[in-house]
Amino acid sequence: MRPEKKSAGRVAYDRVLRALLYFCALLTCALLVLLIGYIFYRGLPNVTWQLLSTQESFRNDTIGILPNILSTLLLIFGTLLLVLPLGVGAAIYLTEYARNKRVVEVIEFATETLTGIPSILYGLVGMLFFCLALGWGSSIRAGILTLVIMTLPTIVRTTQESLKTVPQSYREASLGLGSGKWHMVRTVVLPCSVDGIVTGCILSIGRIVGESAALLYTAGSAGILSRNLLQALESSGGSLTVALYMYSMERGEIEVGFAIASILMILTLLINLSAKFLGAKLKKN
Amino acid sequence: MDTHETPVITAKGLELWYGSAQALRNVDIDIPERKVTALIGPSGCGKSTFLKTLDRMNDLVPGVTIKGSVRYRGQEIYSPEVDVTWLRKQIGMVFQKPNPFPMSIYDNIAYGPRTHGIRNKAKLDEIVEKSLRGAAIWDEVKDRLRKSALSLSGGQQQRVCIARALAVEPDVLLMDEATSALDPISTSKIEELIEDLKNSYTIVIVTHNMQQATRISDKCAFFLLGELIEYGDTDQMFSVPRDRRTEDYITGRFG
Ligand SMILES: Nc1ncnc2c1ncn2[C@@H]1O[C@H](COP(=O)(O)OP(=O)(O)O)[C@@H](O)[C@H]1O
Ligand SMILES: [Mg+2]
Repeated sequence: MRPEKKSAGRVAYDRVLRALLYFCALLTCALLVLLIGYIFYRGLPNVTWQLLSTQESFRNDTIGILPNILSTLLLIFGTLLLVLPLGVGAAIYLTEYARNKRVVEVIEFATETLTGIPSILYGLVGMLFFCLALGWGSSIRAGILTLVIMTLPTIVRTTQESLKTVPQSYREASLGLGSGKWHMVRTVVLPCSVDGIVTGCILSIGRIVGESAALLYTAGSAGILSRNLLQALESSGGSLTVALYMYSMERGEIEVGFAIASILMILTLLINLSAKFLGAKLKKN
Repeated sequence: MDTHETPVITAKGLELWYGSAQALRNVDIDIPERKVTALIGPSGCGKSTFLKTLDRMNDLVPGVTIKGSVRYRGQEIYSPEVDVTWLRKQIGMVFQKPNPFPMSIYDNIAYGPRTHGIRNKAKLDEIVEKSLRGAAIWDEVKDRLRKSALSLSGGQQQRVCIARALAVEPDVLLMDEATSALDPISTSKIEELIEDLKNSYTIVIVTHNMQQATRISDKCAFFLLGELIEYGDTDQMFSVPRDRRTEDYITGRFG
């Protein structure tokens, strides 16, 4: 049988559909570009060296967000430092070691559910437990631990997903050569799953950078430079998003808000790029 | 030739269940040293299962029960004091589908030696070359050892897998339908290779290809529904099979 020629109606239908899809894609891109462009347009002119390099001074009547930048970085790296080993370890245990499939299923369901919980609930629990019960008050360390709990399910899930895509035949090959289980996981399974782990990190960084409610409860909103790391961890520190909220909503400094928004976007971009770069590097070795 | 050579592997009364389904029934077999032993039989008869009992790869399958005895050079391999990693170093396995790691050719071959603690670069270089030569693929890959093993053709990948198995200097080599996924040219290369390898290794292959069994094996074992029906010299089995069912199978009347 010859392939029949498409009918005119069919051709028109294809065209319309394609145009619609094209329009959707275009609209998405346009919205994104407009939004980013607008924020940069309003924000970048207000990003001054003084803003970036000082803390707010009432005496000089100047605004500076260095403490907020540092708090944000501290929150991100502190959280990743704790959540990565914990989450990746849990994922490895669940996919590679756990024998009881029932228990694994229950845990997987739980992590799936936990990824969807509104962050303010984590903030509430974090405040009740870390700030009040443990008596830490509003502090970066309370913020970090709250974020660890909040991002743990994401890390566990994305890591698990990517561990599961590693072909069983690689595991067999490795064990067949006389590897122990952990050696097999470390030398074959983990290198193959670096991508997924990096994705998990990027998603988590996104959540951390974008978080405000949970942090307002736990890490507070202070914008004062600390003398050292330990002091910083123990004292209250508002993240950039919290500062953004404070300046634009409580104090009406809209332009500072836009400047912070620009910095947030650049920061996220930089961190995500370096995570990708690091992942590619790890994958090679 | 010594006709009373001591077997490398001896199975006695070997039974295996996947859950409640029995896959091996009372298998008795002696695998001779530096010979090629072929396992034949219709699919699902337990050839792969039997092969995997020899290096305890069945340990990975949940719900497996094993009874009876498998001895490797006199050592009961299912006894608790046996170190499985040691056993699997002695008994290498090549799988049906080529499964090189997503690493360079060099790193694939060096994987086993590194696992067993060899770090010296010169030593590793030497092992890699020797193993690749042993698997008759050195000339094809010597200029691209740093390239990914996944960039090779299926036949080359399978020989890299054989080289990877040889690199840990095993005593026994198990091959489960190692050529069934390959083209005829690669297949004949690997068959030639097996002929060579049997001078230094004890080899057990699973094949569903009768010609291949007659071409390269010295001993042949016919399995049916988990039972070892007949076991003997390949020449003899293919010319005067003792069991009616063997005859039916090798003449192509079933399976
Ligand atoms: N992992 C497994 N779980 C359950 N049953 C299995 C498993 N592997 C094999 N079997 C069953 O055991 C029998 C023998 O299989 P196998 O050893 O793969 O046969 P062959 O290699 O001869 O084709 C088959 O009935 C098969 O369905
Ligand atoms: Mg099979």
